[in-house]
Amino acid sequence: MKKKKKASAIAKREARNFYIYTAPWIIGFVVLMLYPMVYSLYLSFTNMNLAGKGKFVGLENYIYAFQKDPLFFKAFGNTLKYVVIYVPSSIILAFFIALLLSKKIKFLGFFRTAFYIPYITSGVAVTILWGWIFNRDFGIINYVLSLVGITGPNWLGDKNVAMISIVILSLWTIGNNIIIMLAGIQDIPASYYESAQIDGAGAIRQVVYITLPLCTPTIYFNLIVTTIGAFQIFQQPFILTNGGPLNSTYTISMHLYNNGFLYGKMGYASMLAWGLFVVIMVITLIVQKSSKHWVFYDN
Amino acid sequence: MHTRSQKNARLAGRGITYVILIGAAVICLFPFVWMVSTAFKETSEIYQMPPTLLPSRLAFENFVEGWKGAEFGIFFKNSLFVTLLATAGTVISSSFVAYGFARFQSRLSGLLFTILLGTMMLPTQVTLIPQYLMFNKLGMINTYLPLILPSWLGGGAFNIFLFIQFFRSLPKELDEAAKIDGANSLQVFTRILLPAVKPVMLAVLVMALVYNWNDFFSPLIYLNDNMKFTIAIGLQFFKGSQGNVQIGQMMAMSLVALLPVLVIFATCQKYFIQGIKMSGLKG
Repeated sequence: MKKKKKASAIAKREARNFYIYTAPWIIGFVVLMLYPMVYSLYLSFTNMNLAGKGKFVGLENYIYAFQKDPLFFKAFGNTLKYVVIYVPSSIILAFFIALLLSKKIKFLGFFRTAFYIPYITSGVAVTILWGWIFNRDFGIINYVLSLVGITGPNWLGDKNVAMISIVILSLWTIGNNIIIMLAGIQDIPASYYESAQIDGAGAIRQVVYITLPLCTPTIYFNLIVTTIGAFQIFQQPFILTNGGPLNSTYTISMHLYNNGFLYGKMGYASMLAWGLFVVIMVITLIVQKSSKHWVFYDN
Repeated sequence: MHTRSQKNARLAGRGITYVILIGAAVICLFPFVWMVSTAFKETSEIYQMPPTLLPSRLAFENFVEGWKGAEFGIFFKNSLFVTLLATAGTVISSSFVAYGFARFQSRLSGLLFTILLGTMMLPTQVTLIPQYLMFNKLGMINTYLPLILPSWLGGGAFNIFLFIQFFRSLPKELDEAAKIDGANSLQVFTRILLPAVKPVMLAVLVMALVYNWNDFFSPLIYLNDNMKFTIAIGLQFFKGSQGNVQIGQMMAMSLVALLPVLVIFATCQKYFIQGIKMSGLKG
């Protein structure tokens, strides 16, 4: 009897401590996430302005987006285009570079640093730098191309090229993914390769049958994180092209920013935010569901 | 076993590997070289074709004029202020919260842990506008509070998760022994557990420093007075006011803005690499 009482007193103290220590996060979660999420769903049915004044308008924002706002589809299409080009290419490139780095090469530290620096410095400063590098007449890329007789495109000024330029800049900053992939590859036990070599498997077969499948958990992790991030692309087009030329790099996050913070249409911007959120959720769920068919867990 | 042709193929493979890696490293690093080169060139030399790598004369005036062209001294100070306070909040509150998750149980702890992991997937946009309206109502627009306060309320799910993983890897006997010696739960945290996870703490610290220094979006929406700008939006503002005309000054100021990040990276590289490797572990 006494023992039980003591046990429950300990459990109580445990619970109290749990709440004391996690309190900052719980408060942050409720005030900065849970409440804003619910509230922004409500806002999406209002015509609230920047000062927080407005009224319930039902589905008006949704109807407006689908029927009257030409930039909505443009922005969504551009974002999708960016995701579809950037995500697969970044995963493949990161895996490929990580694979080369895993080949017991010399100067591994140097290469790792070189690939990681663009990621760590990715901010306004390097984005402005790339604006200069992409310059049509005086940019270094077009100069190098001219040396081999190619007339480089107007990287940021041609509506058919600008989004590709944004992707190139993003691909330049995948050092983080490379290092995660490298860690994943290095975790594969050497014995797997040794037995494959005994069976006479060549380098390419070893990659296809050992490295790639055993790396799928890492690829899966990178895929989810990269996709979620890619849908939110904002800073690069905002600084480099401001969505131009002819709205060819205008993304959904920019549309959200402009509507919310330039035009003060908080209700409409909330609708866009929820739209983006739902799309991200659905795609993440699809990737998650698909994972049992291609992600290999070595238990 | 190995024939000569096999050996040659292996050697060629090695060679190709190095060629690709060196090429990729050049692509990664050359833009910075170009930035430094442009920052030290006179305007006439910047637009010279073919371009030069080494400036014929070191044009320090790009730095002097650029620095005076906008309030860069003030931007720098503002960034430092926000970065230090937000980073302190991140490290202190994420380790504090992680201690709660790792060492104590309640009926809801399992559910809350699941929610914690779930929030990592949440795109920032979906909470952005209500947060803005809330900070607006509290009169905090054009102050640094919206940039700093959230860091003190948990410090990011990802950082909490990192700490939890490492606290859990420490044996509970450590806590028990300290408790027998009369330590309370806070003392166990600050004297026993925190010192034991120093590498994680440093990893979270350096990543938070860089994240906060680079942060563009929050200052963009919350600050509207030039004198309050951080260096990230200060640069964007400077670019807007100069257009493409003063590219030398712009590169000079971009370099100045990058310098702290590069210095932190150069001195703490080990912890960055550790941090990312840990982040991959949860996959």
